[in-house]
Amino acid sequence: MKVRISSERCQGHGRCYDLAPDLFGEDDEGYGQVVGEGVVPPDKERAAGLAVSNCPERAIEIL
Amino acid sequence: MTVDDRFGQDYRETLEERSHGARNEIITGPVSDWATDFSHAEPEWAADPYPIQDELRERCPIAHTERFGGGWLPTRYEDVAAIAYDTEHFSSRAIIMSNFRPPPEMAPVGASPPISSDPPFHHHARKLLLPAFTKSAVAKREAATRAFCHTLIDELEGQDVVDAARDYAQHIPMRVIAEMLGFPPEDGARFRVFIENALEGVNLPPEERLARAQKLFDYLLTQIRDHIDHPRDDLTTYLINAELGGHKLDPSHVAGTMALLLIAGIDTTWSAIGASLWHLAKTPADRARLVAEPELLPTAMEEFLRAYAPVTMARLVKEDMHWRGGDMKADDWILLSFPAANRDPAQFERAGEVVIDREVNRHVAFGLGIHRCVGSHLARMELRVALEVWLARIPDFSLADPAAVTWAAGQVRGPRTLPIRIG
Repeated sequence: MKVRISSERCQGHGRCYDLAPDLFGEDDEGYGQVVGEGVVPPDKERAAGLAVSNCPERAIEIL
Repeated sequence: MTVDDRFGQDYRETLEERSHGARNEIITGPVSDWATDFSHAEPEWAADPYPIQDELRERCPIAHTERFGGGWLPTRYEDVAAIAYDTEHFSSRAIIMSNFRPPPEMAPVGASPPISSDPPFHHHARKLLLPAFTKSAVAKREAATRAFCHTLIDELEGQDVVDAARDYAQHIPMRVIAEMLGFPPEDGARFRVFIENALEGVNLPPEERLARAQKLFDYLLTQIRDHIDHPRDDLTTYLINAELGGHKLDPSHVAGTMALLLIAGIDTTWSAIGASLWHLAKTPADRARLVAEPELLPTAMEEFLRAYAPVTMARLVKEDMHWRGGDMKADDWILLSFPAANRDPAQFERAGEVVIDREVNRHVAFGLGIHRCVGSHLARMELRVALEVWLARIPDFSLADPAAVTWAAGQVRGPRTLPIRIG
């Protein structure tokens, strides 16, 4: 499983890095970024799902 | 070193030009039918807008009013989202629905950038502010905020009944914003007057509202001049020195952004803290659970933000158009109710209930699209710390007199009187 953020849609709400800080971080302006290559280890799949389902802009995709 | 002369007489003339907007007849009094005559300025709306919004969502779902010179109120999540995303057809030139529309030539900057700005200017004005409001930037203020909350609780010592809105909630964002802007912390009482002038009393005569706004800008000018003489490490000095496209900001941009941070940074968070405490005071099971499970607070907090979203924005329709069943005219208001969107059953299960362990919560309390609240990370930090400290220090509390609770009228809704019995 991998996660990806659409930089077109992201507005920097930060729900992803609140809910799944191992998978997402903030850039200098608060926009979300995936950590590394965005690979989700099995024990972080639940956190990844929460980040997707709580993003107000629907900016996160699971690949 | 050249003297910064941007804040002299010319600046005052710029402010004067803003008063050349459009005025309309002021209509007040009881609403005849919420679908055709709505008003966010009437006491019934302030007391409890949710049943009104729920009924409109079933019936309309986009209400209209002739008040305020004409306006529309969408109540479904999908309509609110569509308008928030559509900056082609809806302008942020004015964001407080009143009886005065600023002159069209104020777009795309508006009186208080970036909230009043449209693309493409908006992007640049917003970019200036973002670094100061990231989650990690505001985390640096957490320890001081926590210490201040403890001080406020210390001062409640010995009282059986306290006003949690007046004596606790309001002071937290006032202190934080005063520090960020570099204003004297003891000016809180003045901030409260500025906030009430800007956001409440939208049906006062426009001349009166403009005169009151002038007092805010006089205050800001005093602070700006003091910062020019004595630069400091704060947002006021930052804005004075900031540049866009190789030029320092227009003086009206500096002062307008400061006004925005002062007004929007205080009233909103004060309302969110107050509404959360109001809910916990009247819901013993939720209060007991959060005392027992403090790790649930970040989840519960999002639910309070959904169910009691404090902020409603406004837009102006750009051109005449037919939009989702309504014949909208240029300069009609849109009352963009994030609270109504947050209670749409088409978007949320058990939309009308407060479910403090709700895990999937795609609420829009901080807006959607390019105008996402720039202070949302700051607001979340303040709300979490305020509730953590209160629940740790005062785990047992209830509403002392439910009928005595009063709510702010207008576009920012939260308790202004909140008598709470301790113990």
